[in-house]
Amino acid sequence: MDLLYSAFDILLRWDVAIALLAGSVGGVLIGAIPGVGPAVAIAILLPATFSLDPIVGLTVLLGIYGSSMYGGAIPAILINTPGTAVNALTTYDGHPMTARGEPRRALSLAYSASFFGGVFSVICLILFAPVLARIAPMFGSREIFLAALLGLTLVVVAHRGQTLIAGALACLGIFLNTIGMEPVKYTQRYTFDQDFLGSGVNLIVVVLGLFALSQAFVLLTDEDEKIRVSRLRGGMFQGLRELARHPRVASVSASFGVLMGMIPGVGEFTAQFMAYTYAQKTSKRPQDFGRGSSEGLIAAETSNNAVPAAAMVPLLALGIPGEALTAMMLSVFYVHNVVPGPGLFQNQMDFVVALYLALLLLNILVLLFLLGATGVLVQVVRIPNRFLGVCILTLSFVGVYSLRNSATDCMLAAGFGVFGFILKRLSLPAVPIILGMVLGGIMEVKLRAAMARVKTPLDFIDRPVAFILFLLIITVLLVHVLRVRKDSQSLKEAEWQIKTASTSFGALMWRRRNSFLKAHGKKVRARHSRLLRRLTDLF
Amino acid sequence: MTTERERRFVGPRRGQRVFALAILGMAVGLLFLLPDQTTWAKNTKLFAQPRFWPAVALSGMAVFAALHVYRLPWKRVTRHDVQELRRWLSAVEFAAWFMGYVVLVPIAGYLPVTLVFVPALAWRMGYRRRSMILICFAFATIVVIFFKAVLAVRIPGALLYETLPAALRSFAILYL
Repeated sequence: MDLLYSAFDILLRWDVAIALLAGSVGGVLIGAIPGVGPAVAIAILLPATFSLDPIVGLTVLLGIYGSSMYGGAIPAILINTPGTAVNALTTYDGHPMTARGEPRRALSLAYSASFFGGVFSVICLILFAPVLARIAPMFGSREIFLAALLGLTLVVVAHRGQTLIAGALACLGIFLNTIGMEPVKYTQRYTFDQDFLGSGVNLIVVVLGLFALSQAFVLLTDEDEKIRVSRLRGGMFQGLRELARHPRVASVSASFGVLMGMIPGVGEFTAQFMAYTYAQKTSKRPQDFGRGSSEGLIAAETSNNAVPAAAMVPLLALGIPGEALTAMMLSVFYVHNVVPGPGLFQNQMDFVVALYLALLLLNILVLLFLLGATGVLVQVVRIPNRFLGVCILTLSFVGVYSLRNSATDCMLAAGFGVFGFILKRLSLPAVPIILGMVLGGIMEVKLRAAMARVKTPLDFIDRPVAFILFLLIITVLLVHVLRVRKDSQSLKEAEWQIKTASTSFGALMWRRRNSFLKAHGKKVRARHSRLLRRLTDLF
Repeated sequence: MTTERERRFVGPRRGQRVFALAILGMAVGLLFLLPDQTTWAKNTKLFAQPRFWPAVALSGMAVFAALHVYRLPWKRVTRHDVQELRRWLSAVEFAAWFMGYVVLVPIAGYLPVTLVFVPALAWRMGYRRRSMILICFAFATIVVIFFKAVLAVRIPGALLYETLPAALRSFAILYL
């Protein structure tokens, strides 16, 4: 109880209240504009939050992160275009509802489901915080190294069908982090005798380039779309009543969101996929999924909104971000000399609980705002794409230039912007680069510290947590190898248009040999050669 | 005809091979520079060597990129790849606009340059209506006031402001 009081004490400030309001309203607006997204907004605002208190800065960023998915549901439902990438699944059932004249029902259900997901995850994590506080001190250098390695492995293998290039991009991120003066031996690494590379490549410069500038370039080189928004009819509170009729789907989907959010590199997409599949399999009307099913919409929206609070767990407890947005938030901690990790849970638990309470308040604020202002808010989807590009380019300048007032930083950011543009054109992920940069730095420091106390390689995993993490890494890699083998087998089957016991070359030769040796095989070959002779005689 | 392997590939065909080869070339090139660009410290363990992590990162990058090139369903560069390269270059124009903005702000000031930059770029993008240009002016003014005056982000005063009278100069340096 004391913990809750001291957490409220941190939050009861006018600047935190403004941050909550700005984060929630700003996040909804950003989410509602297709083509902007929370990553762009957080990247731009990041340097501006450095001058604020950690709790104020983090509340704004968390607000944008948490509420953008609420806003993203608006264009997903009304114009079949997801506002943020994670709202893609919302279009499956949300837009068909609009098409049959129920846009308000779809919106209200999406808001209610999002609210339930957000609140469920925050309550889970507040209850879970004491357990985390007990587990976090068990993480020493080697455990943090292994957890970072696990995070990086998960991020790479999560890009199904693009694992190899995702691995290469993660390694590029690790490499970028090594550029500059090395802090232990004070030697230069890949600076090419250039002064501006001496201090290294700044994470925020890369983030702004890859997320904000690249998005501006995409919008500027694209065409404007003509958008027709459906008129809204009906009440906005019916969604809350409808949600109450599906408590099982809502709570299971939110649980998937919490669990997947806590695992680095997994995030919203896996949570949504699992929740949606569960909802469809257990539904009495599975045929409605994809055609405007309320259960489908609940599963998609509840699970994605349960993720932001859960994604803060690896960041706060271990100092390891699981995805790009939390990686950006890590820099806010570093700027204020607040080191997230086991120490934070032991010494500043009230700060952690205050962050969770801020998220809780934020969900309430966003729901109230949306229930009252959706009619006006839908108009933001009409903003032309290329004009948005102009706005993002203008705002990106503040983000990069205010960092160190360096034109070189801006040049690097522009370079990464073009690189990010190429990645977007090729549908390749930029997230592994960011996580490679952040986790690569953590891994370098922790491995050096851990190896100083290790005599044999097995000593590295002789502690329970380290051993479990090591087993998890091996399991993830094994599962991935099995999945790749299965994919390659199904590809061969599809290419050959046959389904045999095995598609490997050895097995094929074995069957051929048996065919030659058996009497039936001889008969078949004789028949084939007879038919072939008849055919050749025709010519 | 599109093969099953091509159909199952995640992402578009155009530009994939060029990009993969460029990443592989970059990784191999940087790996060759490893002895020149990093140092081997004496009496230091392997894991604490300044060279260790760049070597791990670049080796990983080269291996992954080489495997990616090998596994790509397309084995040669086509005219579609060349067209895609041209499309990549189109982004450079806007990178140049951005750099122009960066260069001009310390000379002419944040507010004046933003007031010119936003409508000029909007004009370039084909927005010619008066209402749109007015929106651009309003957007530019709001951005400057919000970031420089309200949030007090660090954007230094311009050379042009030095020519202003003393009272106006300090106001301009602080808020415009």
